[in-house]
Amino acid sequence: MKLRRSMLFLPGANAAMLSTAFVFKPDSIMFDLEDAVSLREKDAARLLVFHALQNPVYRDIETVVRINPLNTPFGLADLEAVVRAGVDIVRLPKTDSAADVHELEAEVERIEKACGREVGSTKLMAAIESASGVVNALSIATSSQRMIGIALAGFDYVMDMQTERGDGTELFYARCAVLHAARVAGIDAFDVVYSDVNDEEGFLKEVELIKKLGFNGKSLINPRQIELLHNAYAPTEEDVDYAHRVVAAAEKAEREGLGVVALNGKMIDAPIVNHAKRVLQKAQASGVRK
Amino acid sequence: MKIIKEALAGTLESSDLLVKVTPLPEDRVDVVIQSEVMHQFGEQIRQVVLATLQQLGLISGQVVIEDKGALDCAIRARVQAAILRGAAVDQLDWSKLS
Repeated sequence: MKLRRSMLFLPGANAAMLSTAFVFKPDSIMFDLEDAVSLREKDAARLLVFHALQNPVYRDIETVVRINPLNTPFGLADLEAVVRAGVDIVRLPKTDSAADVHELEAEVERIEKACGREVGSTKLMAAIESASGVVNALSIATSSQRMIGIALAGFDYVMDMQTERGDGTELFYARCAVLHAARVAGIDAFDVVYSDVNDEEGFLKEVELIKKLGFNGKSLINPRQIELLHNAYAPTEEDVDYAHRVVAAAEKAEREGLGVVALNGKMIDAPIVNHAKRVLQKAQASGVRK
Repeated sequence: MKIIKEALAGTLESSDLLVKVTPLPEDRVDVVIQSEVMHQFGEQIRQVVLATLQQLGLISGQVVIEDKGALDCAIRARVQAAILRGAAVDQLDWSKLS
């Protein structure tokens, strides 16, 4: 199971950031060719990302590229570049329906065949940024075998809903809808960016909320947020200790051919064992919460 | 490929480079490289630039590079961007740009 707690946005036109971002070790790095790049730099950013993706420093980190929408003059060229360069995941912005993903998937498959890349090896994720996208979240999440996740994008969404960012009330329905769609589809769910990078307290409060809701992680705009996020997602010592005991009890029951697992007199079923394994995986990835 | 108009790509920020291309009246390629790390990496930078120009098939134009310690991948990208802009090329063959 791939951990995707942190997805760090990098402006695709910024050579310095593209050259150094791997040192911050987010779970995924997302090169942005869309909103972070001005119209006159789209061509140069596409080339920078094309070459950065092939740089060996990004071999051991999951790479994501947010392309421009396919109905713009840039989207298809972005896709040609990044699929050929070996990107792990293409992030489609402003996804309103499953048809948007189907259109993307057809183009990805065409490019994979043209460049000799294994068909199906380019994974996809969709950013949901509108009321239509939220209402169609389930059909979007289940639209393709290539889908690894869906992300809520807060700014455009609240504009579409004729409201503004606040204490999170304005995102409550969308967060729950996106999260449920992801869980039904068996893919990951990513929360919105927290744009005030100097407000650590506010950031951590939001992280605590989305972690409780069940999000896998969050899109980030500053490397400083990575450690804060990973620490908040790290299990406590008590969590790890309990998870070890659950897994040990499950393994013992399996060795003894017992159908029912018990720990301290309480029955433990498969979801609890799976949760315990996820806790141990998180502990291995990020240590115990400080 | 020939440079038919002046064009720029890149910046003078650290870890980046600025590439300026200018048309020449005859089929000749002039390359000028300035770099903050010329002493240590000058030859490597030159090799990357020349290989990139050859890959694009540039036969005419002046290429002036001011490097601020960019990685090879950024050098390739900026040189390609400047040349393609200066040659007014819109349709790319991505298989020839790796």
